[in-house]
Amino acid sequence: MTDTHTTTGRVTPLLQVRGITKFYGARLGCRDVGFDLYPGEVMGIVGESGSGKSTLLGCLAGQLAPDAGEVLFDTRTEGPRDTLTMSEPERRMLGRTDWAFVHQSARDGLRMGVSAGGNVGERLMAVGARHYGGIRAQAVDWLGRVEIPEDRVDDRPTAFSGGMQQRLQIARNLVTGPRLVFMDEPTGGLDVSVQARLLDLLRGLVREMGLSAIIVTHDLAVVRLLADRLMVMKDGHVVETGLTDQVLDDPQHGYTQLLVSSVLQV
Amino acid sequence: MTAPCNDSAQKGETMEDYNFAYLDEQTKRMIRRAVLKGLAIPGYQVPFASREMPMPYGWGTGGVQVSAATLTPDDTLKVIDQGADDTTNAVSIRKFFERTAGVATTEATAQATVIQTRHRIPEAALTEDQILIYQVPIPEPLRFLEPRETETRKMHSLEEYGLMHVKLYEDISQHGAIATSYAYPVKVEDRYVMDPSPIPKFDNPKLSDCPAIQLFGAGREQRIYALPPYTRVESLDFEDHPFDPSKADHPCDLCGAEDSYLDEVITDDAGTRMFVCSDTDYCRARRAAGHMGARGVPFEEGAA
Repeated sequence: MTDTHTTTGRVTPLLQVRGITKFYGARLGCRDVGFDLYPGEVMGIVGESGSGKSTLLGCLAGQLAPDAGEVLFDTRTEGPRDTLTMSEPERRMLGRTDWAFVHQSARDGLRMGVSAGGNVGERLMAVGARHYGGIRAQAVDWLGRVEIPEDRVDDRPTAFSGGMQQRLQIARNLVTGPRLVFMDEPTGGLDVSVQARLLDLLRGLVREMGLSAIIVTHDLAVVRLLADRLMVMKDGHVVETGLTDQVLDDPQHGYTQLLVSSVLQV
Repeated sequence: MTAPCNDSAQKGETMEDYNFAYLDEQTKRMIRRAVLKGLAIPGYQVPFASREMPMPYGWGTGGVQVSAATLTPDDTLKVIDQGADDTTNAVSIRKFFERTAGVATTEATAQATVIQTRHRIPEAALTEDQILIYQVPIPEPLRFLEPRETETRKMHSLEEYGLMHVKLYEDISQHGAIATSYAYPVKVEDRYVMDPSPIPKFDNPKLSDCPAIQLFGAGREQRIYALPPYTRVESLDFEDHPFDPSKADHPCDLCGAEDSYLDEVITDDAGTRMFVCSDTDYCRARRAAGHMGARGVPFEEGAA
């Protein structure tokens, strides 16, 4: 755990989630999910396909409207506010300033017809940056941080490898200095050596910027490396929560035990 | 709304089988409502039920419908295509309204009360008594950046215009300068980003603070938008790459004008070029007043 999380409860949680429930017609997406996320904390959500983890992430990030529950985000100016009852302009403003969303497929999170520099600069321009030189300098700086060479700044993402695209997506999301990052399977579809470098990078950035993050994944190795806390979901319900190491080393719930024992040992 | 007007049918060549200005009164009423809404919300694209016109989409069906709804029997109409009064599109539309509306037509900018234009704003300053009607192919400035209409509408309503600057950023990163030279995006009264139709960016400054009413009609895309008189219109740019309303660095070869937008004309197989005013009325008026360019000939009344 990071040291910002004190047991005295003096620190306001960055995100307080209460009773999130989402149905798709008669089918359950997720039911009665709640947790607190403190500044600098990384929360992992694991579970098999269809367990409701992406639905939950969508509800938290304002992309889906849950049927019940509240998501209180500690805004910079007004303190905790329910993002579900916020007006859409406010929510979208959060979406491009304090929040970031890293998609599983870089194609969903990038503009494939726009150069790498333009992709990174978009969020800056969306919040009012109007100095070309300044925008470009920041773009180049961020490309450097995610290990993309400066001479690729004018190339389109279509000319990038899958790993580079994913790193570009991360740069594009983090350039405005968000406080909360949602990640949906950030390493999905990448080969293991590329995954390892991406995880290294993410871990470095999360520590360095003091980011809070919610990572949805089915890859237990990813949460072992990145997450402070873990939430295990099954059939739309949370079946187990706890410190990552605790949950993975001493799983209590039957499904968690199955999940942990299902990991291939090399 | 004006009453149906049939007195024009008595004039010479006017066709009697059509209502005044071709469209029926209910359609004109519908278009006027869209125009009024557009004027009330400058730069906002108002959907309207575009009709089939006796010309193909892309030939100015939007502009023609707005003109039809705007014209009164007392109006004097001028139609220009790329600044010229004598090109196919301009001649056809002018004849169309001569026959279906029986209105007076002119080539002189100052004498016109309604000017339908494709891709230019006349060089001569417009007045409060005039209405300028643009033909618009694609009214959505964000279209090539964001193909989903649902999304672009949301972006307009929430004023999310960062993407527009991404396009300009891309221009600079690829070409070293903002290479967009026509249909240069503008922001209207600090609110809506608007496509000024494919006018050269040289004309962009004339959009702003213009005494005339400016109406924009897109027939295929079924949108009307408008700028009321004296609306502030700013061309988008970067602080370190300011907007530059450029033109060919040359005087007009016919009339010697140095302040007008020029067409480059190739005159023979050897690649000899000459630059001439794209606004034919402006050029002719200057030559009639005795101005002459490097390759001009003395003006004769009636000569081409």
